Amino acid sequence: MRRWIETRLASRRAKPAAFALALLPLGWMVWLALSGGLGAEPVAGAVRETGVWALRFLLLALAVTPLRRLTGLSGLARFRRMIGLFAFFYAVVHLSTYVGIDQFFDWAAVWKDIVKRPYITVGMGAFLVLTALAATSTDAMVRRLGGRRWRTMHKAVFAAGAAGCLHYVMLVKGWQTAPLVYAAVFAALLGVRWLPRVRFQVMATKKAQPQS
Amino acid sequence: MLLRFPKASQAREDEVTPRPLFLSRRSLLAGGAAAALFPDAAAAALQAPTTVRPRDAKLDEVTPKKSATTYNNFYEFGVAKTDPAEAAGALRTRPWEVVVEGEVAKPTTFGIEDLLNFPLEERIYRLRCVEAWSMVIPWVGFPLAELLKRVEPTGAARYVAFQTLHAPDQMPVLRTGFMEWPYVEGLRLDEAMHPLAILAVGMYGDVLPNQNGAPVRLVMPWKYGFKSIKSIVRIRLTRDQPPTTWNRMQAQEYGFYANVNPDVDHPRWSQATERRVGEFLRRKTLPFNGYAEEVASLYAGMDLKASF
Repeated sequence: MRRWIETRLASRRAKPAAFALALLPLGWMVWLALSGGLGAEPVAGAVRETGVWALRFLLLALAVTPLRRLTGLSGLARFRRMIGLFAFFYAVVHLSTYVGIDQFFDWAAVWKDIVKRPYITVGMGAFLVLTALAATSTDAMVRRLGGRRWRTMHKAVFAAGAAGCLHYVMLVKGWQTAPLVYAAVFAALLGVRWLPRVRFQVMATKKAQPQS
Repeated sequence: MLLRFPKASQAREDEVTPRPLFLSRRSLLAGGAAAALFPDAAAAALQAPTTVRPRDAKLDEVTPKKSATTYNNFYEFGVAKTDPAEAAGALRTRPWEVVVEGEVAKPTTFGIEDLLNFPLEERIYRLRCVEAWSMVIPWVGFPLAELLKRVEPTGAARYVAFQTLHAPDQMPVLRTGFMEWPYVEGLRLDEAMHPLAILAVGMYGDVLPNQNGAPVRLVMPWKYGFKSIKSIVRIRLTRDQPPTTWNRMQAQEYGFYANVNPDVDHPRWSQATERRVGEFLRRKTLPFNGYAEEVASLYAGMDLKASF
């Protein structure tokens, strides 16, 4: 079973398959929008759904490393960048939906929102961080910055994750469950990184031993 | 005459409903649907002929019934807009009683049958949610003032407090403790006595669906939607300003008055514009939701930015 998973993760078709899979939510939302499945207020529905998907991909990207350590499946690592870039992609769709459809390119209103509404300020902050990370995500940029500097810089993904969760918690009325669940998952993914690394490594080597 | 207060700002059926649709609804009512649901007098009132006036440039179209019955805030049944339509089937609306008490000469318990016997009329009102979306809904109901007059408020009565049904067995969210239940709302007595303030028992010429606050709800068209409390079981006239649910939860965001006001933003979003459900572009929000001519005098001399 384990070997099967590892072979699949390493296969040439794995990345295109993951890419197609990551586009499914977009396809699903387009289909909903065209079929009236987004409800009585499709604009609000589209803004919310695209935002939630951006957050989901961001959390998924943050889950790659703990999952890799926990399972010893080193093949997971090569999907991390793609998942992170999809988080950025859905954030772009989310922001475009808000600016282009919800506000219909009323730039004055958008600018007022950004400076005046804390939850939008926080959301824009997350977006700017993701933009910087996406722009420096190429191999060439890693080389140019140097691995060490690049890694330090890309720790900012945690700031983006925190801001994304906060953005969601702040925009709903009252303390609703869904945004708090995302915040809890984020906190867990952050917390798991502080657990002693030894335990992960032990588990990983134990499982890896029979193969070596 | 269908509407009793045909002021310039008030939508009238002949202005808002496409003629064919309007005629088909009439014939449906004449066909006995309304007569079966409402007492004779009410059904007759709904069938009364309406004169056709030239349409205003600013046309308000009635929101499709499907939107008004599937896009709801009724947190007792869930926080998603579609939750109430899915979960409110569990609400038992018969038997139903509304206790009216407090600073009144004649405390009275009204059965739902008693409420249906008030002279019902159709009122087409804009509904503006504090979340910056809006609808246009044809309610069926009667002025709240008519009910209050029956119980004879004493000279000490200055406010009216309302309370929603508290039934954890029927309302799933009450079992999770997400807010302080039951839902409560309040009005100043002069607001409650205003002719635009109604108790609704129906909409779209039919009985009120559960998710819209069956069997009886308040409709305050110049205030944000959360003031229009649903599924009322208690109305209490008081000397002091009663607590209201959203104000109690987040006082800096939700005031006691909650009059629709494009100049006073919600701390987290602008109230300058709104999206009419079903429309693509936002429209400007009007002071008092377009009913300023009728209701602004209630607040003469008040600082609406402080008393929001």
